[in-house]
Amino acid sequence: MNPANYLLLSGVLFTIGTVGVLLRRNAIVVFMSVELMLNAVNLSLVTFSRLKGTLDGQVIAFFVMVVAAAEVVVGLAIIVTIFRTRRSASVDDANLLKY
Amino acid sequence: MISHLASASSTAVAAGDIKLPSISYSALSPILVVFGVACLGVLLEGFLPSRLRPQVQPVVAVLGFAAALGCVVSLAGTHELTAANAVAIDGPALFIEGTLVLFGMVSVLMFAERKADPDGGALVADAASLPGQGTHRLAARNSQTEAYPLMVFAVAGMMLFAAADNLLVMFVALEILSLPLYLLSGLARRRRLLSQEAALKYFLLGAFSSAFFLYGIAMLYGYSGTVSLQGIAVSSGLLGKTDFFLYLGLGLLGIGLLFKIGAVPFHAWTPDVYQGAPTPVTAFMSAATKIAAFGALLRVLYVSFAPTQWDWRPVVWLFAILTMVVGAIVAITQRDVKRLLAYSTIAHSGFILVGVAAATQNGISSSIFYLLAYGFTSLGAFAVVMLVRSGDGEANDLGQWQGLARRSPLLAGTFAFLLFALAGIPLTSGFTGKFVVFSAAIGGNATFLVVVALVTSAIAAFFYVKIVVLMFFQEPRAEGPVVVRGSVLTYAAVGVGIAVTLMLGIYPQPVLDLAREAAQFGFVS
Repeated sequence: MNPANYLLLSGVLFTIGTVGVLLRRNAIVVFMSVELMLNAVNLSLVTFSRLKGTLDGQVIAFFVMVVAAAEVVVGLAIIVTIFRTRRSASVDDANLLKY
Repeated sequence: MISHLASASSTAVAAGDIKLPSISYSALSPILVVFGVACLGVLLEGFLPSRLRPQVQPVVAVLGFAAALGCVVSLAGTHELTAANAVAIDGPALFIEGTLVLFGMVSVLMFAERKADPDGGALVADAASLPGQGTHRLAARNSQTEAYPLMVFAVAGMMLFAAADNLLVMFVALEILSLPLYLLSGLARRRRLLSQEAALKYFLLGAFSSAFFLYGIAMLYGYSGTVSLQGIAVSSGLLGKTDFFLYLGLGLLGIGLLFKIGAVPFHAWTPDVYQGAPTPVTAFMSAATKIAAFGALLRVLYVSFAPTQWDWRPVVWLFAILTMVVGAIVAITQRDVKRLLAYSTIAHSGFILVGVAAATQNGISSSIFYLLAYGFTSLGAFAVVMLVRSGDGEANDLGQWQGLARRSPLLAGTFAFLLFALAGIPLTSGFTGKFVVFSAAIGGNATFLVVVALVTSAIAAFFYVKIVVLMFFQEPRAEGPVVVRGSVLTYAAVGVGIAVTLMLGIYPQPVLDLAREAAQFGFVS
């Protein structure tokens, strides 16, 4: 199969993630969409690694996974804290800071 | 990074082929010291009794920064690539590392201030407890001392970010500096809801932007088969390649970097986060994140994209103009001091982008000088904000600042001086900084940009002067602010800000020379 198709798939996944971040209202789902974007990037990296015949892309994909895990720790802590005070995880409810 | 492995055989690699890269530990010592101090801070957090932590943690952090500064000074003149070409220790990197460490020291003073708030410090006692719960009151005199190791980790990440010569290392450093900042933004003692909201917004938008940054890395890897900055420069000079992935990669990478800088149209998080975060954290972010992000942006543009500079320069022009104009005009309408200073940092990012657009050696030296000068002024200004308070914490509404000069002429005068520096009035560092940046831009044939910058400087001067008029020539309100006395650590931070601002305004030559020498050989490549 033509490896370029994987790049297209990765682009589609990245776009779905971006649209999810922009349109969804629940902070957890927004965050999941960001994770989808990161995994789309991983797919691109692995495909390019295959196309270029170098291992760098695969190594970077592992680093991305580790960083994404660290981000989950910090992100869920923040989302859970704000949920406990507001009883809501909607990003529309957090609207005190404006203008 | 490991491309030599893959060139040997793309599928199977024998164990004997793996050679360890040589690492110059001495060249990396400033970064390693700061990382070490951060880890030590985590250990102290685990093993020290809670009453000792607020005293010990700041001292450890300041001593660590001092040691790192010593390492930076001893490395002066180093110009090398180390750790398998992943980290570049050169003039600009060392200048930025030294400046970051100094910003870190001043910020620690503000973090450690415990007299300004009657309950003790700007940081919350227990970030996890809900307002009004029993534990909240019990622990009132405490503060979340994890803030110190977090902040030291952020500084370490920033130092690595500005020195990374490899996009993977740059991405990891970006996360090391961002993750602690997300947490720190949520630690304000007063106005918990605002602080938590700031943390949530900063986190979601920051993660969103780092995904773009990462996709940019993937595209550049796809274009050149390597993530090293020079590797990209080498392959972008080749003819006969379609450069679709190159420009796509630069664009996506640029989104991530411009987000951290706070350039328009990626600035939306800046006012919200600056307003909601605890003021010491805001001060730290405005000074330190900015210089680290600009360091990385300069390195990417000047090393990787030097061969394609005629393609990116007009785009940087556009962002510089947008950033200056939006920052200066929107600031006029602000009613909150911290929000106003946030828009002011956006406008300043625009001025520094003018220097970046020069794409010459002077572009590097003037930008890093400006960042140093601006950082100290900004730290001083936010330290003053910490001292002006009303019943429930800081008096952030501008109306409450009315007639401040009647209550405390000295503090009002100090703030006025710092505002004049931000406006770029002569005899302050702001003027020197703008002068060098604009002359670098003229030297780089960006005269039109300088004209726009001068007009926006005039617009920006309007709202700085408006605050000065408000403080000096209006009657104070009955429920006006209280100026806190006896906060020695914050006074020290204000003092450092004032001293550096004045020194760089009157006698800037030594620091200008230092910046010029740092930029003399450019980025190592």
